[in-house]
Amino acid sequence: MDDAQESRSIRTDLSGHVVKTVGYLFIGLFSLCCLLPFILVLGTSFTSETAIKKFGFNFWPREFSTFAYKIVFENPDIIVGSYLVTIGITAVGTALGLFLVAMTGYALQRPDFEYRNKISFFIYFTTLFTGGLVPFYLLITQYLSLKDNYLAVLLPGLMSPFLIIMMKSFVRSIPHAITESAKIDGAGDFTIFLRLILPMTTPALATIGLFIALGYWNEWYNSMLFLSPDMKYRPLQLFLYNEITRADFIRNSAAASNVPLRDVPLESMKMATAIVATGPVIMFYPFVQRYFIKGITVGAVKG
Amino acid sequence: MKTATHASAAGPVKPVRSRFKRFWNNKTLMLMCVPAILFFIVFAYLPMPGLYLAFINYNYSDGIFKSLFVGFDNFKFLVMTGDLWRLTLNTVLYNLAFILLGNVLQIVVAVFLNELRLKWFKKVSQTLMFLPHFISAVLIGLIAYNILSYDYGLLNGILTALGFEPVKVYSNASVWPFIIVLTFLWQSTGYGSIVYFAAIMGLDNEIIEASEIDGANALQRIRYIVLPWLKPTFIILLLFSLGGVLRGNFGLFFNLVGANNTALYATTDIIETYVFRALMTNFNFSIGSAVSLYQSVFGFIVVITANWLVKKFSPENSLF
Repeated sequence: MDDAQESRSIRTDLSGHVVKTVGYLFIGLFSLCCLLPFILVLGTSFTSETAIKKFGFNFWPREFSTFAYKIVFENPDIIVGSYLVTIGITAVGTALGLFLVAMTGYALQRPDFEYRNKISFFIYFTTLFTGGLVPFYLLITQYLSLKDNYLAVLLPGLMSPFLIIMMKSFVRSIPHAITESAKIDGAGDFTIFLRLILPMTTPALATIGLFIALGYWNEWYNSMLFLSPDMKYRPLQLFLYNEITRADFIRNSAAASNVPLRDVPLESMKMATAIVATGPVIMFYPFVQRYFIKGITVGAVKG
Repeated sequence: MKTATHASAAGPVKPVRSRFKRFWNNKTLMLMCVPAILFFIVFAYLPMPGLYLAFINYNYSDGIFKSLFVGFDNFKFLVMTGDLWRLTLNTVLYNLAFILLGNVLQIVVAVFLNELRLKWFKKVSQTLMFLPHFISAVLIGLIAYNILSYDYGLLNGILTALGFEPVKVYSNASVWPFIIVLTFLWQSTGYGSIVYFAAIMGLDNEIIEASEIDGANALQRIRYIVLPWLKPTFIILLLFSLGGVLRGNFGLFFNLVGANNTALYATTDIIETYVFRALMTNFNFSIGSAVSLYQSVFGFIVVITANWLVKKFSPENSLF
């Protein structure tokens, strides 16, 4: 062992140094590029509007100001309400979606389930062929009458073929003998799933649950399609999107009509709203990223 | 032929009973799948017949069944105006750039990460590189605005500080392919590199050690051991993503470009953004559906082809 160690250190040649140096530089710079835009948004959110007008957006506030946050929280009712809506949708959607994905994934992985291939294909086919946006929009708004209803955001996010396939690959690692011996002891299929399989797959459930939760927290597409900006309490990302477009609208129309803007800190306010809407995810994700890593390594190559 | 008639003659009584029995034995597992089946029926299968919209001249007051049937007129319109060709070209070219550059950059990151020895540096840099993956598309659009805005953007701040003229990015269509591809790489590289990094981790340490004893240097190790080891993963991921070459990343394009920045359509309009405008801005449901149907049919053909290639290359990874 010592010999190998030594011979390696002797052989650490020029190319090894070059690769390491370039590696540290490249990874370091790329990491910095990933971080800096967030500092830019954060810095701008704490910059006074006059400093923004004079110097533009900057990493470090030239004139420190919390005015934008005061405006965002001027009606605490609305921002707190938006938070509660997002938290509510995320909590309910994740709990329900996780249960359904796990249940389906387990059943479809049981080798003794007659129809597993047919149902698997039935689910998988929806990734191959879709009806597209227009029929989907008509379905939600006209046939299900879910316009301006939080269910229009909650329901479509419950499941996806990707997550069911991921659950199947997780369950595959549990020996079928466990299910079989429980069956011999007289346990029903649902009881086996609930009492035996669920507790054994907690890492998988954490991974899938986090995928669903992140999806709901960052959900803006269905919200934008089906919830109107006039709703008082909107999911956070829609709220952010509406604030951005509203600020652009106010600025453009003020510029067009030559009317001086009233003292709304439009630019910094957008950034403050973004920080408020994204903060929890950024603070939380370093602690759970290993689950996301597990998810992509399980689900990516092995379908 | 003989056995077939024989089976059908003896068949009627026995199979029905055993088929029922088989169903009865599977009833709980079947019930466990019912919510998912209903879910996909409602949200995925029910919209499919709606693509009939592509063949009519949809009129809101007449509804789907009374609107005028026009056959392939909507498709003819899309071909004549050149819209279909432009959308296809944009969608496919962007996706090819995403897939090729994305995978190459992911491999570079994974290989370099594997060479680094400082544990804390690896951990911190990985966490930072994942960060862009965890934020919503809306925030991505806002970040781009932070950098590119004509009046206050960081880019123009730097340019003017260096004595250059500020640039009007949001009205210059020719620079947007670079911006969109860069943003995509910024967002997806860190997270995407995990798959390659995990693959490198699966490389037998003894092979590396043997190569070192044989005197291979770092570059040779990467060139002759690590990269060939990643080749199958690369090819499979490539083929899989090629299957989705007609599917656009709506969130990225929509939030970067904005809902109605007509000046940039020539280089930034993809199938998804076009369909979205047909629905929400122009209320032309039939044209929107025609584009979606075209996308679904050709997308289907592309996936089947890609899967056929995967099957040839590595049967255990093919989807069906």
